[in-house]
Amino acid sequence: MELTLWTYEGPPHVGAMRIASSMKDIHYVLHAPQGDTYADLLFTMIERRGQRPPVTYTTFQARDLGGDTAELVKKNIKEAVERFKPKTLLVGESCTAELIQDQPGALAKGMGFNMPIVNLELPAYSKKENWGASETFYQLTRTLLREKVSSSEKISPLRWKELGRRPKVNILGPSLLGFRCRDDVIEIQRILSEQGIDTNVVAPFGASPDDIERLIDAEINICLYPEIAEASCEWLKRNFGMEYTNTIPIGIKNTIEFINEVHNKLDLPLTNKEELEHKSKLPWYSKSVDSNYLTGKRVFIFGDGTHAIAAAKIAKEELGFEVVGLGTYSREMARQVRATAKDLNVEALITNNYLEVEDAMKKAAPELVLGTQMERHSAKRLGIPCSVISTPMHVQDVPARYSPQMGWEGANVIFDDWVHPLMMGLEEHLIDMFKHDFEFVDGHQSHLGHTATQTKDFLKSDEKKEKNSKEGIIWTESGRAELTKVPFFVRGKVKTNTERYAISRGIPEISDETLYDAKAYFS
Amino acid sequence: MSKVEFNKETGPREVFCGLTSIVWLHRRMPDAFFLVVGSRTCAHLIQSAAGVMIFAEPRFGTAILEEKDLAGLADAHEELDRVVNDLIARRPEIRTLFLVGSCPSEVIKLDLATVAEKLNKRFLGQVRFVNYSGSGIETTFTQGEDGALKALIPLMESSNEEKLLLVGTLANNVEDRFKKIFRNLGISNIESFPPRQSTELPKIGKNTKVLLTQPYLSDTVRDLKHRGCEIISAPFPLGIEGSTKWFLAAAKAFNINELKVHEIISPLINRAKLALESHKEILKGKRLFLLPESQLEISLARFLHNECEMDLIEVGTPYLNRDLMKEEINLLPDNTKIVEGQHVEKQLDRVRESNPDLVVCGMGLANPLEAEGISTKWSIEMVFSPIHGIDQAADLAGLFSKPLRRNQILTTKTLVTH
Repeated sequence: MELTLWTYEGPPHVGAMRIASSMKDIHYVLHAPQGDTYADLLFTMIERRGQRPPVTYTTFQARDLGGDTAELVKKNIKEAVERFKPKTLLVGESCTAELIQDQPGALAKGMGFNMPIVNLELPAYSKKENWGASETFYQLTRTLLREKVSSSEKISPLRWKELGRRPKVNILGPSLLGFRCRDDVIEIQRILSEQGIDTNVVAPFGASPDDIERLIDAEINICLYPEIAEASCEWLKRNFGMEYTNTIPIGIKNTIEFINEVHNKLDLPLTNKEELEHKSKLPWYSKSVDSNYLTGKRVFIFGDGTHAIAAAKIAKEELGFEVVGLGTYSREMARQVRATAKDLNVEALITNNYLEVEDAMKKAAPELVLGTQMERHSAKRLGIPCSVISTPMHVQDVPARYSPQMGWEGANVIFDDWVHPLMMGLEEHLIDMFKHDFEFVDGHQSHLGHTATQTKDFLKSDEKKEKNSKEGIIWTESGRAELTKVPFFVRGKVKTNTERYAISRGIPEISDETLYDAKAYFS
Repeated sequence: MSKVEFNKETGPREVFCGLTSIVWLHRRMPDAFFLVVGSRTCAHLIQSAAGVMIFAEPRFGTAILEEKDLAGLADAHEELDRVVNDLIARRPEIRTLFLVGSCPSEVIKLDLATVAEKLNKRFLGQVRFVNYSGSGIETTFTQGEDGALKALIPLMESSNEEKLLLVGTLANNVEDRFKKIFRNLGISNIESFPPRQSTELPKIGKNTKVLLTQPYLSDTVRDLKHRGCEIISAPFPLGIEGSTKWFLAAAKAFNINELKVHEIISPLINRAKLALESHKEILKGKRLFLLPESQLEISLARFLHNECEMDLIEVGTPYLNRDLMKEEINLLPDNTKIVEGQHVEKQLDRVRESNPDLVVCGMGLANPLEAEGISTKWSIEMVFSPIHGIDQAADLAGLFSKPLRRNQILTTKTLVTH
């Protein structure tokens, strides 16, 4: 049993709903009690969708358990097929139905329908949402393409040359409730098209079962969100020889690397790298004088695997930050996240306990947090600016404006989204120069005013705790007096740094001198 | 009884389960914690439906069952013990811990009553444990509160003192208003259930006169009757009419002259009528379709028809207790169509056919209906907003006039720009 107050992922059948709702002409019959219909509002409220998810719940009740729930399942399947006339039917169960073992998928297959039926077995007590989405997409692809496996020759990435047309690729993985997927697809399609590459199918987002059957008309697959598409890409490679890409085009370097990877696979001539770099403002904005202050800013990163890894790379290589923490809740991506963390000399945090993340964040004392909505919440409590880079989805993460994370425009969006929560460069320089001005004594506020007040409270409560703690560092009167002279907006950082310094040196009492020693040490 | 048409419907539903009521119960009793014993779905449900993000550290959580817990029930009990220990160490301020059963825990017959009993012995004098089920195979949305309150009744001490007991969770300001009015009427000993602190349960007995504030408390009412309480039969205090009749019924039970009631509440009524006018202008003649969710639908339909002059197309309710709703049903207009239960697809077909001006529904259906050009009002707002009492009548009407007013604003001719 696991105690949870907040969770990063839903159950696996919600993952299946994400696939079904992303597609056309598909219906999902979900053997589930009435309460499970809450999941609809993820799509209608959070995504603001104007349609209900294509899901029929069997709504079994306690009194049905004594009778024949299997009959209830069949009745609902029959009604759903008659009403919605789907081209493909998904049948599965939620956690409660799994326990009563009606095997709805097998029941559906025995009903004599003239359409592909995908039997979803998603173990609700050991797996989670992303796994459920991946498995559903994989089973769907497998079911719809199974018959073509034996007749098909292996697909060469160079086939387009023989056929005398532009190369065609599939974009796999984008789905509803995925972070900014809608806009990423537009951006990536635009980039590919500029390179003379056509998009054959985007799936599951916007695809129909017919489109899935057409996947093999393309030369290669773009695995855009490995959490969802990697299993399918791997199956297509095994059975049809279709190659797929590994690079996720988030950030300038990754986008260029992605374009190169696609070009190499398709044997297209490479585009000039410098020309590509000019397609986004990020490199210049990052180089401009105003961004000088970003140098070495300490950043803590936590999110799904794909976005966390990409964020770490952008932070370090494109914005010049220091990554002081990196983690993910996607256990499926733990290996890759660990590898990235190792490169950055930090220890990867693999957990789905948000309290552990908050603790790690506190210890790392970052100046910026890049996380999920939960880290935004924790960061607010700690008085640290934060930008959201990953699911779980919140209504705020489905903005009205075009705001991809991938490609050139994605890099622009990322620059703005990550840098705006901080003070701007000129602003920070000026405040530093005028820090003794009366404007900046306690109580006066900058535009980060509310945050600063919270930091003060945070410091106060911390002081109390420390006095009572065993290993307690004591601030002497002179140390405390000097600390209050530090402008409030950097006081938290100075305090933490000084304490870190004192602990590492075994200094039990912090005086004004210790504070200056620490300042010298860290500068 | 008026010529009300009763219908029953079965099929796929689109309603919340009883777990959702934790969201207002935990605010009512800040010294209580609600631990759902369930699946990842349950955790995801309360997080998604309740927007846990707005709480720094919520007073509810889920003990998520894992495969190893399903393998052997004895282990599940041990595991639950461990989780509870952790929780209490982390939250020493908890005084009452509700172990809330869910669909999976009910299906595997996890005996939370026995677990609660054992924990009660171990944490004697520190934390009290009670259990109830909020499972979706047994309860809908507001019925969770019924389960939670019923579970507290055995802990209530007996007393033969004469008192008025208001039963059902109310917003604090509404409750204060009600108490003030009752005191003005001459009823001085008034208590509430649930109380504002879980440890301050009212004492009950044969001189306890129960006045319900919410219509979804069937089981609670039955158990209060068994403890000797007298149940005052009345409509529910929504709108001027319902609230007036509710006050009158209480007064009658305490032998207070009807004239005195009128004397005290008529200024309130006059004020409320005035406030209602602007909403009535918008609502009058508009056609209303209520889908089942909160069990407040019948009372809302009565208010919106009788006081706001809306036309009722269909009144859905997830569950109908004809006994508790008797007074309400009597006030409905002739030929009102009440539908108990739901077949969501067929009901939505009827919504489209009847082309209503406003639909009251759950959050899963609201945007899809809006996208079809049908204005909606979420049921969930009714259980979170202070809507009870004469003073709130206009606010209650406002919840329904707002979507219509908004549509008017958005579809009016654009300003001339040069």
